[in-house]
Amino acid sequence: MAEITLDNVAHSYIANPKNETDYALRLIDNIWKDGGAYALLGPSGCGKTTLLNIISGLLTPSKGRVLFDGKEVTGLPPEKRNIAQVFQFPVLYDTMSVYNNLAFPLKNRGFNKIDIEKRVLEVAEILDLTDSLNKKAARLTADAKQKISLGRGLVRSDVAAILFDEPLTVIDPHLKWQLRCKLKQVHEQLKLTLLYVTHDQVEALTFADHVIVMYEGGIVQIGTPQELFENPSHKFVGYFIGSPGMNFLPCTLEGSHAMVGDIAIKLNEETAALGAKAQGKIELGIRPLYLEIHDTQVQGSVPGIVKSIEDHGNYKIITVTLGKDHILRARLPEGKSSPSKNAWLRFSENWIRLFSDDILLKN
Amino acid sequence: MSISIENISLHVGDETYLKDISLDFDSGSINIFLGRTLAGKTSLLRILAGLDRPSKGRIFVDGKDVTGVSVRKRNISMVYQQFINYPSFTVFDNIASPLKVAGMAKSVIEGKVKEAAAMLHLEDMLDRMPIELSGGQQQRCAIARALVKDTNLLLLDEPLVNLDYKLREELQIDLQEIFAQRNAIVVYTSTEPAEALKLGGSIAVLDEGQVLQTGITSEVFHKPATIKVAEVFSDPPINLIDCKVEGPGFHLGHDVTIPLTMYMKSLTSGDYIVGIRSNHLHLTPQNETDIAIEAILDLAEINGSETFFHVNYTGTKLVVQELGVYSKKIDSKILFYFDPANLFVFSKAGELILSPKNASA
Repeated sequence: MAEITLDNVAHSYIANPKNETDYALRLIDNIWKDGGAYALLGPSGCGKTTLLNIISGLLTPSKGRVLFDGKEVTGLPPEKRNIAQVFQFPVLYDTMSVYNNLAFPLKNRGFNKIDIEKRVLEVAEILDLTDSLNKKAARLTADAKQKISLGRGLVRSDVAAILFDEPLTVIDPHLKWQLRCKLKQVHEQLKLTLLYVTHDQVEALTFADHVIVMYEGGIVQIGTPQELFENPSHKFVGYFIGSPGMNFLPCTLEGSHAMVGDIAIKLNEETAALGAKAQGKIELGIRPLYLEIHDTQVQGSVPGIVKSIEDHGNYKIITVTLGKDHILRARLPEGKSSPSKNAWLRFSENWIRLFSDDILLKN
Repeated sequence: MSISIENISLHVGDETYLKDISLDFDSGSINIFLGRTLAGKTSLLRILAGLDRPSKGRIFVDGKDVTGVSVRKRNISMVYQQFINYPSFTVFDNIASPLKVAGMAKSVIEGKVKEAAAMLHLEDMLDRMPIELSGGQQQRCAIARALVKDTNLLLLDEPLVNLDYKLREELQIDLQEIFAQRNAIVVYTSTEPAEALKLGGSIAVLDEGQVLQTGITSEVFHKPATIKVAEVFSDPPINLIDCKVEGPGFHLGHDVTIPLTMYMKSLTSGDYIVGIRSNHLHLTPQNETDIAIEAILDLAEINGSETFFHVNYTGTKLVVQELGVYSKKIDSKILFYFDPANLFVFSKAGELILSPKNASA
């Protein structure tokens, strides 16, 4: 397994790019550690597939260098890079047995029979495929086939990294849980460098130690799931992570309060101090989880009007209007009731974040 | 308008795709078909649309038998999983196509197309070709084409499954408003419990070609008639634990005994299966009467705001969903707690006997 270095990499699909918007991938300068589980997360068109293709060697970047363990691989094709890939749809030999499907990448590289058998059995065990080893791949369900695809990625212990491109798209929700668990266990046991590309926050956050959030061709934040949730460094991360995303309110700052029109929202000392130094367009951000809804006035609460209540089974999402036309969403735990019209909102002080021109204010 | 399907079955070769399904639909209703892949959702939708003929059974529209009447003669629109647009038409012409086929005047068409485009936030893209749109925009174009015609039956087959989840979230909200504004029968298929709950309305839970349960969506969620329904309608999967009632006690696994109080008093001696949703298992007790269980941690997944602990409790795999971020060592012992009032009790055959007294259904 290898450490992956992206040394000032950028890519444009246009022959002579002139300005920043011509780049599908803007300047990226990063080192991804050996044995780490990384996820590339972002909406379609954010550049994550471009970046994946640059790492796998399907694409040569317009600028910069790619290094595996310090050795430059920028110009090398995929087969010379020693990587394994798992795609959205299972890629298998239907007429071969499960065993032979798993063994194929090893046979291809001239491993001896004993080593192949040892490794195939080991990987089959991890993926619960031991009982199906003699079955033909064609006779298996979609999720079992995708497990074999994963297995084919994992079977070579000499690979620099395994790249996953939305591998769970075709899998039913209840099986996604099982497969994601498996992947995570595989990572714990085999300590491989894994790179997982997805637009699904749950997949990215549950799988990876480090999530790389991409937006409009650039990396907006790299962090642990907790960091992305608690301190999104850019408004986009606040919006994209979390369901529903973070609420934002344009505001002005007056001492220890954020003013939304004539509504005053109390800030804690640390946040107020950050705000005092800030320039530009200021917005207050708060996660729906930390917006309390009360049916009577409580200390520090501000009035709002309930627009709708959605029952999600395990929790409710309450949509409220604050002031004239600010829409906020709050997440209420199961069993707690919501006022149906007039509500009192309290912003949990320690969870209020301030953004200046879309960027998080921090120390 | 009302549609009734009676005793619909569909056989293809030796295989049974649908088995004896009867359902009723009324104007202005939202109806969800929830089920896993291959449950028969799409087959049933195609029969409702008149695209396929059932092997057995009848379809009635306002009491009139329309079984086998071609889709062209009926006022229906359908949205498929894959984005289907005319590649050589602009977005405007794609949306306008059903109206042109119906022979409407140009001025009327223009108004209706703009209205449908506005609903799906496509106003600025009317001159573009489908290939110049993102996946989400292409699917919105397909949905706009389905909505532009004032049809009385609107069928959507997992329409959002191929979209970014953030876009899915936004369209789920938009679609609720769009459905509410129309007086059509809406039928929507999904594999996702959360999506079904968001859309609300009525639900038919399907599995292996059969309808397992019907009812108001949130009521079925809170009172699943069988273990199978609870499984299809839980994400993460519902936790199931074998248990035994003996004398005054309810024995879970081999080391936990719950006094038979309150709503569980009626249980007679014998073997049962209890179900508990992952969000009702906690790392700290919520009430004095909560029951503690000790298990071994297999894996912890963190999704930013929540942690999912996958644990092994005397050989049974369970999921504990806790708000907040926690790190615990794999293979360590963890204690978790639950309120016995949140237990579903099923018979060994999987039939619901008791549902949680807290259920808000």
